[in-house]
Amino acid sequence: MTTTTPPATGVVRTTAQAPKAPKRRRGGPAGRRSTPLTIAMLAVLAYFLLPLLWLLIASTKSTQDLINSFGLWFSDTPQLLTNIRDTFTQDDGVFLHWLLNTLLYAGVSAVGAAVLAAAAGYGFAKFRFRGNGAAFNLVLGAVMVPATALAIPTYLLFAKVGLVNTPWAIILPSLVSPFGLYLMRVYAQDAVPDSILEAARMDGAGEFRIFLQIVLRLLAPGLVTVLLFTLVATWNNYFLPLIMLNDPDLYPITVGLSSWAAQAQNGGAGASSDMLALVVTGSMISVVPLVVAFVLLQRYWQSGLATGGVKQ
Amino acid sequence: MAKHLARPRSAGPLFIAPFMVLFLLLFLAPLGYAAYLSLFQEKLVGGTSFVGLENYLTAVKDPQLREGVIRVATFFVIQVPVMLLLALLFALALDSGLLRLSRVIRLGIFVPYAVPSVVATLMWGYLYGPDFGPFAQLSDKLSLPAPHFLTDSWMLGSLANIVTWEFVGYNMIILYAALRTIPHDLYEAAALDGAGAWRVAWSIKLPALRPALTLTLLFSVIGSFQLFNEPNLLMKIVPDVIDSSYTANLYAYTLAFTSQQINYAAAVSFLLGLLIVIISYAFLLTANRRRPA
Repeated sequence: MTTTTPPATGVVRTTAQAPKAPKRRRGGPAGRRSTPLTIAMLAVLAYFLLPLLWLLIASTKSTQDLINSFGLWFSDTPQLLTNIRDTFTQDDGVFLHWLLNTLLYAGVSAVGAAVLAAAAGYGFAKFRFRGNGAAFNLVLGAVMVPATALAIPTYLLFAKVGLVNTPWAIILPSLVSPFGLYLMRVYAQDAVPDSILEAARMDGAGEFRIFLQIVLRLLAPGLVTVLLFTLVATWNNYFLPLIMLNDPDLYPITVGLSSWAAQAQNGGAGASSDMLALVVTGSMISVVPLVVAFVLLQRYWQSGLATGGVKQ
Repeated sequence: MAKHLARPRSAGPLFIAPFMVLFLLLFLAPLGYAAYLSLFQEKLVGGTSFVGLENYLTAVKDPQLREGVIRVATFFVIQVPVMLLLALLFALALDSGLLRLSRVIRLGIFVPYAVPSVVATLMWGYLYGPDFGPFAQLSDKLSLPAPHFLTDSWMLGSLANIVTWEFVGYNMIILYAALRTIPHDLYEAAALDGAGAWRVAWSIKLPALRPALTLTLLFSVIGSFQLFNEPNLLMKIVPDVIDSSYTANLYAYTLAFTSQQINYAAAVSFLLGLLIVIISYAFLLTANRRRPA
């Protein structure tokens, strides 16, 4: 586990700065750019972005136009606003419920998981106590236990204690992030200097004050990474809410959209013809918040992932 | 674990306690419960009775489970190398310093990771579709037969494409971040020795990527073997191509929630989890053994 030891603080620091380092890159003198390579990579980029462009264009179309006009260009009668309004008013505004539910589940899970992982990571990194190593290895082993293999027994347990079909059924399992703990422990080891802890203790600060006022601040970039990735995991979670919830008002956006998609698919009568446009528009709307979050916070998660990938 | 960092302090256990309590309740307890349930069987007459390992014996011989496991194993063997190779190539290209617009390209390739797999699958499902998918539209214009992405023989490839689209960028970022931590003087020394870009990539960059590659491989094992969302959603479009035991996980889900065979479902999920852990450890051990001293 600890065999690779790149200069400890160097790892975190260099990568934290990496995204905003436009200065001279390695691999060749500055200014020597390759046009063929750039063109090849732009073609690659098209593969990743064209489907999303299709989704964006499709969300401006009526179900009729979806079928009759070419997918990668707008129809003669764009109606994005109509589609958005229809999406939010369908089934008494259930889509807004789904959006707010998703925000609630993902927000609470992400903040909770990040704080729990930060405290535990700090505890494992900076304190020595009986069972420290064993407990950490136990959690580390759990990284490999597939979430979906856990989901069915978790459902059965939750059914026994009456947690099924409540928001807790989604939030509680998302609070425990073994990978987040691993990341925070590695991060805390480098980012929290012992000298600062010593100095604070000399001044008579209690352990919890030290954690709240000093450590959390030092751990901020790692914290943001865990937060962001738990946010994505919960936001995108489908399996867990699918089995835990049966009240449509509690659905997150993923389960809600898939239920609409199923209606659009085999609705048969009248309803199905309009549903398709709603599924497409709802999908488009659900993608926007996370993409914005990733673009705005890219410096943080890139450095955080680096910490996890470099040290093992 | 650097020893000089740690000291005996009573506060340590208090910091880890909240996490560990939830870990016990939400990780170990369900696992234990699944193990317990898997040892019983619900009979039509006489209620629930202890049957020992009988469910596991049934599971090992269950042709539907075997079919599902073989399918995800096939998926893993084909999709994961393609995905990781692409991620590696893109990371090397980004790190080469030869690209214009590298920030835009990096972020653009990563963006699908932020798209929920439900949305990604619905979207690709429509793109693949024969009615208004652009592929069908294009081949119609060119008077060619439309590609049959959603047929039996294409399905695994179509699923692989969706998963690849979603996760290449994520893996690329991990590898790219690892590349950025290679010290500069190694490149300077290599340049002095007259090593070209390919030589540098092969002899310096690839070995330095080993831990990051192991990590991405590990995540891919876990992801592939519990494949569920994508087939579950496509099943609604083409129910005659994807059946309820298409992947092992889909089968476990069907057992638990459609046919109400809770005990057998517990045995199947437990077995599946065990399989993933064994394969993951096998990869970890191989990776560590090959690591130069």
